[in-house]
Amino acid sequence: KQWYQRRVAITAGGNVNQLPHLATTYAAVSAVFSLDHEECYELINRENLKRFLLAMHNNDGSFTMHLDGEVDVRGAYCAAVVSTLCSIKSDEMFHNTAQWIAQCQTYEGGFGSRPGTEAHGGYTYCALAALILLGETRCINLPLLLDWACHRQMRFEGGFQGRTNKLVDGCYSFWQGGIFPLIHHILEGEKSTLDRSSWLFHQQALQEFILYCCQCPSGGLVDKPGKSRDFYHSCYCLSGLSLAQHSREKVVVGDAANLIKPTHPVFNVVLENVEKVLVWSASQSKTNGNKIVEND
Amino acid sequence: KQWYQRRVAITAGSERALKLTTDAIDLNTANYTVWHYRREILKALKCDLEDEFRFTAQVIESQPKSYQVWHHRRCLIQMTKDPSRELGLTESTLSDDAKNYHAWDHRQWVLEQYGLWDGEFDYIEMLLQRDLRNNSAWNHRYFVVNSTDKWNHETVKKELEYAAKYIRKAPNNESSWNYANGIIKKNKFSYDEFPEFIDFCIKLDEDKILSPFLYSTLADIYQASGKSKRAHELYEKLKECDSIREKYWIYKQNLL
Repeated sequence: KQWYQRRVAITAGGNVNQLPHLATTYAAVSAVFSLDHEECYELINRENLKRFLLAMHNNDGSFTMHLDGEVDVRGAYCAAVVSTLCSIKSDEMFHNTAQWIAQCQTYEGGFGSRPGTEAHGGYTYCALAALILLGETRCINLPLLLDWACHRQMRFEGGFQGRTNKLVDGCYSFWQGGIFPLIHHILEGEKSTLDRSSWLFHQQALQEFILYCCQCPSGGLVDKPGKSRDFYHSCYCLSGLSLAQHSREKVVVGDAANLIKPTHPVFNVVLENVEKVLVWSASQSKTNGNKIVEND
Repeated sequence: KQWYQRRVAITAGSERALKLTTDAIDLNTANYTVWHYRREILKALKCDLEDEFRFTAQVIESQPKSYQVWHHRRCLIQMTKDPSRELGLTESTLSDDAKNYHAWDHRQWVLEQYGLWDGEFDYIEMLLQRDLRNNSAWNHRYFVVNSTDKWNHETVKKELEYAAKYIRKAPNNESSWNYANGIIKKNKFSYDEFPEFIDFCIKLDEDKILSPFLYSTLADIYQASGKSKRAHELYEKLKECDSIREKYWIYKQNLL
């Protein structure tokens, strides 16, 4: 436990004795909250974390990934998720952030890493999920985004590409596939003709791509056939599989036993854990006399 | 004690500490903490950064997808105010991988910071001649126009002609269609302000060009001009020939 504490508790950098980094912080917090034990949740020092997030926030609304580090939209997502799950969000922490993110939307409809860069699945997911957490989805062109996202599914492979005219990759099963539940969430707020029982992409084709093409015979998942397995692709192929299965009406390709647990489309933590976490962290901030963060 | 020794080495700045960071970077280019220490040491030693530019160029050559090395390069430029090598560097990286996201990001940053727009349209044209499906080059064109001009009617008309030239060459190239449709939609114009482009699309259809991008563009055009029946027919066609997106085409039909 002590060893574990050391690794997680204070800096959430890539390793002990490293600078804290927003991506590793996001990963560490997600990992902790993916466990089932509240005593693990308490390893997170919320005060230090809040200070770190505030320090990474820039005046123009963007986030720097680490001290003296690069700025891109992943930072906003990591900060939004971590602050929501730990109930340490504040207006100051996200001042101008929604407006900065909106500038990342390109003429194609997807979002780039920073204003001006090419529309890309990973950054688009981060942008949209962050905006939802900030409650600021009206500043973007949703029809343009939807059109771009729908066109990222490959008509032959069934999986998703990250950018126009590039190759399919299993990890985009989540980054691109994940955009659809988010868009549904936004559109459900308005009167819409959306078919609420399924997502607006070909769920069956995506599952077939993941199951037939992205599994390594010795275990783990991959980018595409011929590539070697790694934890990143294993995580995101499975997360994408989960989303593709768990529309309001379940869609399961193959055996019924292929159905895996539902993941939360915004946090990518197993759904049943998220509720538990939010209740716990709300009680933490109540104890400390802070405002409780409401989440839907 | 180790930590203390490290801090002393960094603040005092020593050639040995610098060499240590070189070795550490060689072992793991993604160690962002080490890159940060390296910058601190370089500042403390008040190094001539000519060698450092050469060093980063070597690392970029072997690890062109490392966030850290590109960010380090950006810091060097900020320290020296010298962007003279960057267009050449990014051009070289892009000749190995014409879509390297970091290279394009870096190039855009340099262009914007130092206003080095001269010749950029020629560079984009060269890339598109090499591969008209290079979506990064199309995106870059939007960036350059956006940074140097206004998206008024005249600009959009000119850019639509440019896109049309490439659409004719490869009607199933999504990049050129996205550019044409995107510049209209993003800048809140409507299709009827560009009758030549509408005529161009109609003519392609009359020539029986088979392209789902043509059909969806025409569907948008017809919807905007109230011709719902024609738009509906095109969505029927799309459900057939672009069936992976069947749910989307049904959704668009229901919006008519």
